[in-house]
Amino acid sequence: MTASGDIKAGDRLVHKVFPPITRHTLALYCGASGDHNPIHVDIDFAKAAGFPDVFAHGMLVMAYLGQALTDAVPPSRLRHFSTRFVAITQLGAKLTCEGTVTELFAEAGERRARLALTTRDDRGEIKLEGSAIVAL
Amino acid sequence: MVDQSAVGRSFTPVTAHVEPGRLRYFLNTLGEENPVYRDADAARAAGFTGMPVPPTYLFCLEMMDVDDPFEMFSALGIDLARVLHGEQSFAYHAPVLVGDTLTFRPRVTHVTEKKGGAMTLIGIRCEVTNQDGVHVADTARTIVIRNGVAA
Repeated sequence: MTASGDIKAGDRLVHKVFPPITRHTLALYCGASGDHNPIHVDIDFAKAAGFPDVFAHGMLVMAYLGQALTDAVPPSRLRHFSTRFVAITQLGAKLTCEGTVTELFAEAGERRARLALTTRDDRGEIKLEGSAIVAL
Repeated sequence: MVDQSAVGRSFTPVTAHVEPGRLRYFLNTLGEENPVYRDADAARAAGFTGMPVPPTYLFCLEMMDVDDPFEMFSALGIDLARVLHGEQSFAYHAPVLVGDTLTFRPRVTHVTEKKGGAMTLIGIRCEVTNQDGVHVADTARTIVIRNGVAA
């Protein structure tokens, strides 16, 4: 992370690109996360539910965003992390996670920054929109 | 359909153990190479007294160690095939470390109809405490139920 005194609104602190999401990733994440909803790994179940194919767990995508975040900000400084799942993330999506400082403020006796976060696929479609509060 | 009578309802508290092997599986699945999650010295240098967990791992711990991961859906009569995740948040109050035993206490905070009843949004909050009674985090999620109208 940049020396915390230098951070200002508008700075892009977070930027990371992830490899394409495969069926294998979804199967591994099913086990690794404890989220056993078949809609993410069983194409028959997904089709019966009205989807053309299985699709990524929202929390898999949020985990990537969290990884991009703590690459840039030490995890001990993370105070709050939230996202809205804007669109379903399809197989093959190559995700880019970004975070930009929107505000500096004081709270609970420390200086903090608010970051606006996004995750987009390789077509530029927003999948996750979120925010984080970090201590400086 | 889920209605306002669900608000305030709580579910069986979940006790979860932060096990190193399961955490490593999660890190490998995500391609997480940050040494702070993998190396005790790096974790200490980052100010932790043990090995911390990644920011979304609390969500996984609750699901992995619950007896019935879909208890809430069955209790409220929700069909799993109609559920989408709408929003998720984490407020972090104290570190969660490998070896910790956490207790999750989920409860329904709101039920909202959208698009003329085509969707129902259900808010669930969860207080998380550790083996010493320290309130380490609060999680909140909104799940979206597609009520039989084609998406």
